[in-house]
Order: sequence, then structure tokens, then C-alpha cells
Amino acid sequence: MNLLRKNDLIMLGLSLVIFAILQVLITTKVLTSFWELNLIIIGINVIMAVSLNLINGYTGQFSLGHAGFMAVGAYTGVVMTTFFHLPFIVAIIAGAVLAGLLGFLIGLPTLRLRGDYLAIATLGLGEIIRIVIMNLDYVGGAAGFKGITHHTNFAWVFLIMLFTLFVIKNFVNSSHGRACIAIRENEIAAEAMGINTTKYKVMAFTIGAAFAGVAGCLFGHNFYIISPGSFTFLASFNYLIMVVMGGLGSITGSIAGAFVVTFISAVLAPWPEFRMIIYALALILLMFYRPQGLFGYMEVTSMGIFRRIFKRGHES
Amino acid sequence: MDFLHQFVQQLINGVSLGSIYALIALGYTMIYGIIKLINFAHGDIYMVGAYIGFFAITRAGLSIVPALLISMVVTGILGMIVERLAYKPLRHAPRISVLITAIGVSFFLEYASMYFVSPTPRTFPEVIPSVAFNVGPFIVNGQQMLIMGITLVLMLILTYIVQKTKLGKAMRAASFDVETAQLMGINADRVISFTFCIGSALAAAAGVLVGVYYNSIDPLMGIMPGLKAFVAAVLGGIGILPGAVAGGIILGVIEALVSGFISSTFRDAAAFAILILVLLFKPSGIFGKNTREKV
Repeated sequence: MNLLRKNDLIMLGLSLVIFAILQVLITTKVLTSFWELNLIIIGINVIMAVSLNLINGYTGQFSLGHAGFMAVGAYTGVVMTTFFHLPFIVAIIAGAVLAGLLGFLIGLPTLRLRGDYLAIATLGLGEIIRIVIMNLDYVGGAAGFKGITHHTNFAWVFLIMLFTLFVIKNFVNSSHGRACIAIRENEIAAEAMGINTTKYKVMAFTIGAAFAGVAGCLFGHNFYIISPGSFTFLASFNYLIMVVMGGLGSITGSIAGAFVVTFISAVLAPWPEFRMIIYALALILLMFYRPQGLFGYMEVTSMGIFRRIFKRGHES
Repeated sequence: MDFLHQFVQQLINGVSLGSIYALIALGYTMIYGIIKLINFAHGDIYMVGAYIGFFAITRAGLSIVPALLISMVVTGILGMIVERLAYKPLRHAPRISVLITAIGVSFFLEYASMYFVSPTPRTFPEVIPSVAFNVGPFIVNGQQMLIMGITLVLMLILTYIVQKTKLGKAMRAASFDVETAQLMGINADRVISFTFCIGSALAAAAGVLVGVYYNSIDPLMGIMPGLKAFVAAVLGGIGILPGAVAGGIILGVIEALVSGFISSTFRDAAAFAILILVLLFKPSGIFGKNTREKV
């Protein structure tokens, strides 16, 4: 237990150093605003990927509607700040609560389904959320919500990302998380061992949805306009790709997946016609040669390199 | 009376739209039945079929039926190639890897065709004179007759292949249990390849018919119909051919009724809402049998 906390502290220290370096690079304009924007997108995508990984990777419940919860968070957030002039942090919390509540309400009936049926049901629900938003004139309908105040910056995104990683990592390592992993490995066996499978599946789904709401709220305040078109099932596919690319059941993997996917699409931005073709081919080849994703079940903290550094630090 | 009149009219529109969903759903359900893959690229195969039909009509100057046949043959071969290159190497991989590959193939087909045929929508030529038949007080136009007629013919051919031929028997055996079928001397790879060929050819037919019906095709046209066809397949009971047809037609009718009586913006939402209700109350679909879970 003590070792775990020390690991946590080291990771926290490292993250803050990375944050400080990036923040300095941004304020001194070494990183152009294009890359600053991409760093923000990477941060938001990390939150999305890690929260989806909790549902898909750790609990093994195949959800394809994650963008729907993101949309709920984004619209709740911008309504809070634009119509009610509430502080940004309140908007984020409201977005998380509403998305989580919706995740709970949706999860309760649908998580009885298995495998592909759950996938297609969550995909459908995500689309229903988007279509309902599209028909709400209160939030601008299909044309989108205009006149949002810009609140999201790199510091907000990075710190909230750290918070998300911390919460999900600790959830996964708790007894609740172990129950979720047991459900992934074999649902019937887990049930036979006395795990209340419905409870844990809904719990993981709710937490995942709430963090998707947080990511949505950050996303919503990043531009001056949001439209329902940003939250189609293709967006959900994109987050799923990040998770699978990094490795289902690895937080490090989700971070890497979010980073790689966002980075590739930023680098290839000047060649839009080739971008998606290369992306598609890369995806197929990755599944051929490394179907478990870049990291598999591994975490950076359990790898040799980290162990060695940590051990040396421990001895000195 | 007015309500009833509009209701029946929407029913006619719904059945013709539903026939197209049914054609795509047949491919989905056959492929899912054998290799348990949600082939997300199926909607894009349908798009490719529409483009091949378009070029056969505009460049080669063919009439609708030869164009339809050429499109079905070429797209059928494309389906086999896709299966051979993308899915066959992953036969024993985890299902999520195959699913991600299918998404990759889908993106590849969409954006490669955007690159080759430009992303702007094309106007499908008018291949049959736009006549309207009056059946009592109701109107059925020529395109709708064509769609329903061709769908019916294709379904009869499919039923013949699946029920009467040796290959059809092998397909049925493989969809029941691939491993046991292999033990009985069935070449599973060949059956799977053949299934992709038939499924893709049916999707191509649907693509050409949609071009005729809506007069417009574009490289991203396959995304929504592909998804809805899967919904239709689930609705009817996945892996069951008559189920896919019934699911497609029910979905088409519901969509037509919702856009006719409520609002066309809620059309897609209605399709998914029906799907979720079916999944919650009868997850095996309308025609499906409940299977017991075994440890």
C-alpha cells in the first residue's frame, strides 16, 4: 500500500514537471497556437479514452455511445456558463452529474445485454441523444450553440485530466475495480463468486459517462460554437479506436492511444485526402500485427524501466 | 379518410425504402451468422456498388438491368477481396480486433472513393421514365415498382441458393457451427468467401436502386443505411434471413410513418428507439429463438 502511494507521488511529480514544461513552452510561444490547440484536444481525448476504457477495457462492456455522453456534458456546460453565467467549474460538475445520471438511467436497462447487442444498443442511444439535442431549439438545434465564452485552456485540461487519471486508476485498483475486471474475464464465474454484476457494470458505466461529460464540457468551452455534428457515432468510433490502439485494460495505453491518434491527425492535417486513408490502413495493420494494442494490459508503472528508476530512487 | 389515405401512401413509401434496407440487411445477417462480425464496412460496399452502377450507366451507356448486374458482379468480387485481405488473417483473433479492422476498412473505402471520384454528390441519371401508377387513390411511382420488383427477384434467387444448392447447404451448416461444419468436410474459407460475395452483391443492388430512387449518390452515403440495415438485421433476429427482410421492411415503414406524421428529423431516432425496445424485451429479435446461456 505504501509502495503504491509512493508510485502515485512519483507519477504526480513527473506529470507536474511535464505540465510545467509544456505550460512554459506555450506561454513563451515556442509551441504555436496550432500545437497548443492540439495539446488541449489530446488532453480531452485522454479523458474520453480513459473513461471509455473503464467501460470497455476493464469491465468488458462494449459501449459505442460514448460521444453521446460527451454531448450531454458539453451542452449542459455551455448552458450553465452562457445562460446562467455560472463559473466554469460549476459547469464542469453539472456536466459530469447530468452525463453520469443519464449513464445510470441508460445503463440500468441496457447493461443486461451482452456483446454486440450492447454495442448496437449503446450506439443507438448515443445517436438518440444527438438527435434529441438537434431538435432542441433552446440550445440552437442543428445549427449549433453559438456565443460560448472561451474558458478551456491548457492548464484546465491538464489538471482535470490528471484528476480523471487519478480517480480511474484508483477505482480500477480498488475492490470495485477488481469486481469489474472479474466481470470482464467471466461474467458467469464472477456472479457465482457473489459479485453483483449489474451493480458493478452500472457503476463503471456511470463513472465512465460522468467523465465523458467532463471531457464534453471542456470540449464545449474550447471553441465559440458547438454543434450536434461533433458527437456522431463516428466520434464514438474514434474514441474506441484510441482505447483499442493503446490496449484494452491499460490506462497508459489509453493515454498513448489518445496521443497517437490526435498527433497523427494533426500531422497529416495538410493532406486531408490522404489523412483518413493512411489512418485506416494504420488501423488495419495495427490489428494484424498487434491486436492487443500498443500496451496490452501493461501499465507504465509495472514496466522494467519504471521499476528500475523507482528502485534506484528507493535505495538512495 | 384523409388520415387513412396518407397512412397507406406512407406505407407504400415505407415498403420501398424498407426493401433497400432489407437487401443490405441480408448481407449483414449472413456475414454475422457465420463469422459473428458486425461488418461496419458493409454500408460502404453498398456505396461502391452505387458508384459502379453510376459509371456503368453514364460512361458505358448501359441500361439499368445490365448496369445492376455488372455492379453486383464487381462489388461481389470486391467483397471477396476485402474478406481475403482484411478479415481472413484475423480469423482467430479476438472479436474486437476484427471489429476495429472493419471500421478501418469502412474508413478506407469511404476516403479512397472520395479521393478517386471526388466528394461532391453525383446526380444519378434518370434510367426509367418517371411514371406514376394510380392504384385506386394511391400513387406508386416507377422507381418504387422497380425497387420492389428487383428486391423480390433477388430474394427469390437468394432463397433458391441458400435452400437448394450445395453451397447454400454449406452456408447454413457453417452458420450453425463453423467448427462442426469443417469436421463434416466443408471448406469454411470458401463458404465465408462466398457469403461475402453474395452479401456484397445484394448491397450493390441496393446501392444502384437507391441511386435510382433518390437521384443522388456520394461517398459517405453508406454510413447511415449501413447502420440501419444492421438495426434491421437485429430487429428480425440476427442470422435469420427472413428476419432480415422483415426487419428491413418494418424499419422502412416505421421511418416513413414517423417522417410523414411527426417530423423527418426524428426519423433516425425512431429507428434506434425501436431497436432498443426490441433489444430490451426480445433481444433475440422478432424471429429469433431464445438461446439458453451455458457455462
